[in-house]
Amino acid sequence: MNGESHVSLREVVRLYDGPPAVQALGPINLEIYRGEFLSMVGPSGCGKSTLLDVVSGLARPTSGSVRFEGRELHGKVPDGVGVVFQEDSSMPWLSVRDNVAFSLRTSGLPKNEIADRVDHAIRFMGLAQFAGHYPAQLSGGMRQRVCIARTLVLRPRLILLDEPFGALDQQTRLLMGDELLRLWRETGATVLLITHALDEAAMLSDRVGVMSARPGRFIDLVETEWPRDRDSRVISDPKFGALTGRLWSPLREESLKAMGRAA
Amino acid sequence: MRGRQAALIVRIAVLASLIVLLEIACRIGLIDPLTVIPPSDMVSSMVDQIGSGELNASIATTFSTIVLAFVLAVIGGTAAGALIHRLPRLRAVADPLLASYYSVPTFIFYPLLVALLGLGQAPLVVLGVLSAAPAVVISTLSGFDSVAPVLMKLARVHRLTPARTLAWIVLPAALPHLFTGFKLALSYALIGVIAGEFILSGTGLGYAISFAYQSFDNRTMYGVMLFVLLVAVVANGVLYVWEGRLARRRSRG
Repeated sequence: MNGESHVSLREVVRLYDGPPAVQALGPINLEIYRGEFLSMVGPSGCGKSTLLDVVSGLARPTSGSVRFEGRELHGKVPDGVGVVFQEDSSMPWLSVRDNVAFSLRTSGLPKNEIADRVDHAIRFMGLAQFAGHYPAQLSGGMRQRVCIARTLVLRPRLILLDEPFGALDQQTRLLMGDELLRLWRETGATVLLITHALDEAAMLSDRVGVMSARPGRFIDLVETEWPRDRDSRVISDPKFGALTGRLWSPLREESLKAMGRAA
Repeated sequence: MRGRQAALIVRIAVLASLIVLLEIACRIGLIDPLTVIPPSDMVSSMVDQIGSGELNASIATTFSTIVLAFVLAVIGGTAAGALIHRLPRLRAVADPLLASYYSVPTFIFYPLLVALLGLGQAPLVVLGVLSAAPAVVISTLSGFDSVAPVLMKLARVHRLTPARTLAWIVLPAALPHLFTGFKLALSYALIGVIAGEFILSGTGLGYAISFAYQSFDNRTMYGVMLFVLLVAVVANGVLYVWEGRLARRRSRG
């Protein structure tokens, strides 16, 4: 897979402040191409979320550089980047509509433009009936949709997702995966998904990066070669099993290491 | 819902029967009218005094003092709490002081306040604030602690300024905790102000109670006491209902 570089990481290392300082990540070199769906899998504690923080600009790399659309990040989230977190980040004091509109409060857009975008995002995520509801009245999956819709109204060119379906049951996860693929196709955004679920990564992605135990590094980068127009039904494709297996073999060793056992 | 309704009915029934018992005890002479007057007399005394307008000046003074103390305590306490929350070192110093604050009777400083500020509304407002503000500070700290870290991340993703993060994320997220502090603050302000008037003041409801007490005018005293009690209950009830309305939105159903 080749194309125009959208995000570029050069020798990125991230240490956690000590004492003793712990190397959480890297060194990592990575090109994320414009419009691709890239997933990261790795054993728990390998620094996947740290990687996402660094790519989003939420955390500064201790050394090395991160460039988004050619410009280096300086510990700030740049315009055009949307982030969806693992934890429920819906705001319980706002209705679904106001949650989604929250992203545009500082946009300076005219009111009708904001309303149009919010309506579109709410409809896109299948929340139209629930626009006046409060998060507490929704299921976990619905609340995560609210958070995705809130990211969507920003029309991000890069969408970062940190285990967004981690707290959901398996069926909901598969369906949310389909939604995510639809969103990715229709927006043309670049997607970086952090997940611990191999099947999720294998089903959704153009490429899957496999990370080592801490400090997280790439040990493999697998191209799935799925067509762009795909959905959760690829799990019945024989290639899906082979792919998941291919991801698991390097990961098994690293996961054992992370658990403190020899391979 | 049925459980809550049943509890409410039992609560009202217990109160009502206590009042009836007191009424009977007073009427049959079990309780000396120089000690307690029958509740029905308290009500008629209260109605008489309110109706005649003789309490109007006292009501105006006392409640303006309480409201002023409450508002200052809420604003100042929230601001102080926010500041302490931002400065961990200050917090390390302040935490034990706040935790033990209510074991010190602030009230003993009232004579000092009178000496410093004179015998007007000022020492009463200060006393009210001193009683009420720490509760707001404590609830602000626990409220700010309770804000989910992911919401703070969200603020950074949206590049919100510190002021907007406070106004749009932290304060609304912490509101249920803040409300607990506000309710306490209202009670403490009320207690502080009325007790202050009782001890050393020339106006207000506390003074009216104290004056009636010293002139052995039980009927007037109990009438004013009942009025103060009713106002305190109603004010708390209003905050309680408002809080419930906010909470319902945030909880299932």
